[in-house]
Amino acid sequence: MILEIVKSFFVMIGKALADQPDAKGNFLDALPESIRAIVSVLLSIVPIMVGFPLLFALTTLLERKGLGRIQNRLGPNRVGKWGILQPVADGLKMVTKEDIVPRNADKLIHFLAPVVLVIPTMLAFAVIPVGRNLVPIDMDAGILFFFAIGASTELTIFMAGWSSRNKYSLLGAMRAIAQMVSYEIPLILSSVAVLMIVGSLSLVDIVNYQDGFIFGFIPRWTVFTPWGLAGCIMFLIAALAESNRSPFDIPEAESEIIAGHLTEYSGFKYALFFLAEYLGMFAISGLGVTLFLGGWHAPFPGLNFVPTYLWFIGKLMLIVCLFIWIRGTLPRLRVDQLLNFAWKFMLPLSLINLVSAAAWHFSAVWDFTGGILVRWMLSAVIIGFPYAWLGRGLAGDKKITLRTYRYAD
Amino acid sequence: MPIAFAIIAALTVVSAVAAMSLRNLVHCALCLAVAFAGLAALYLQLGAPFAGWAQVLVYIGAVAILIVFAILLTRSDAPSQPTFSRSWIVGVAVALVVFVILARAISSSSPVHNISEAPERPEPTIKAIGNQLMTRYILPLEAMGLLLTAATIGAVIIAMREPKPADAERKQNPS
Repeated sequence: MILEIVKSFFVMIGKALADQPDAKGNFLDALPESIRAIVSVLLSIVPIMVGFPLLFALTTLLERKGLGRIQNRLGPNRVGKWGILQPVADGLKMVTKEDIVPRNADKLIHFLAPVVLVIPTMLAFAVIPVGRNLVPIDMDAGILFFFAIGASTELTIFMAGWSSRNKYSLLGAMRAIAQMVSYEIPLILSSVAVLMIVGSLSLVDIVNYQDGFIFGFIPRWTVFTPWGLAGCIMFLIAALAESNRSPFDIPEAESEIIAGHLTEYSGFKYALFFLAEYLGMFAISGLGVTLFLGGWHAPFPGLNFVPTYLWFIGKLMLIVCLFIWIRGTLPRLRVDQLLNFAWKFMLPLSLINLVSAAAWHFSAVWDFTGGILVRWMLSAVIIGFPYAWLGRGLAGDKKITLRTYRYAD
Repeated sequence: MPIAFAIIAALTVVSAVAAMSLRNLVHCALCLAVAFAGLAALYLQLGAPFAGWAQVLVYIGAVAILIVFAILLTRSDAPSQPTFSRSWIVGVAVALVVFVILARAISSSSPVHNISEAPERPEPTIKAIGNQLMTRYILPLEAMGLLLTAATIGAVIIAMREPKPADAERKQNPS
């Protein structure tokens, strides 16, 4: 009996790793009836709870190393070969640190904020299709669920900032909320373009739509259409802002307000905030991969033998590396610049992008020779001209010339 | 299922009562957010995922945020409020009127009377909701869109009307 369960467990893992459908069926059949439902649920949850925090540990090392190289230094290299054990050392440090609560703090809310924050960030992974048969829930309203869950993290940041009774914390929380509310709109609008074309709110349907190749070699990902490219860029900018990362890290700008809403947190609670921030970044990048970069589909024909979840993780890490690169390159924006950029530039452009997507949708019937080219041009013009016009209009009289750099010899 | 319903309902009611009776305004706002979440859970339990998630997105993601922002911007040191406001009689009267109207509307609607014959439940998919919104309910949808646009433009105009002090000074004493 036990032997059978163990055997079917390994069969299940093998099936899941080899991308086969219904991996857990046999394993569940071998179990007694009474615990089947709960084990089935656990089998969906545990990989998320283990996999993404592991990825988080790897990413912190990657980020520190990458930033180190960009800033012409070595980065962590003391713990293990290439500093590979640095995340473990960081984790131990976080756990053993003293947990300090300010005397005037609202103790209950101060405690609840990091705990409540982790729940929605973990929940967000429930609808993201990681591989061909690896999606925890194929929800009819998957993307709506994602945005609803994402919106509820804003309140916890407010809770953290307000309960600390510290002016820097409160300022950070106000900045964070203003920023997240502003950038949520272009984030949602840029993904609405994809929903319009696909005609479904289910993330599994969106990935299936992007299956196959045009002319046999260009993947049918939405990023290879004009509205998709514009949407993808706007989505990534808004995603950067939503995950409070540089250059949009004014909520925790260390040179201005210490660490914003994190100022009064230490030890494990701080670690929870840190974890939630990175998990949020993974979740939103995963959504970006699903919407624009073809989800788990291979980028070239003939590469289908590679398991699909590896493609997904690869694309996800590509976006994360892009974020690290941006963090190492761009300076922080000012608050007014940040909000102006969201409301005056991103919002109108994301609305116009919807028109571009609509033009693409209604020109789908043009099947004459070169029709696809005309279609492509039309959609590109609809989004391209407003971009140039708006950009010039907002720049005003400012002359932007090539900058010259002088390096120390 | 009844156990889940009991837990959700108790959570919603308790947090709604707490939202009315706590002394600290921010605590009240947070309790209100919990009550919104409880309502969303009730919608989900009734098999209406769209309504449930829209409730979370709009009420927890926007309305609750708006409330805490308003509290933060209007009062700096969060003074403790008396539990009963002086105009509580008016409040009770308004609440009673709303309750009577809602109760009357619900009791006179058709599902209540046909409850015995187990009405067939159409699957409320997102697609069906979208189709209904774009065909049968297009006029209310457009009216609402117009209203929201007008409100947005109004908000922008109110926010814009802020003469720069330097400009105003220059106009008063041209030198």
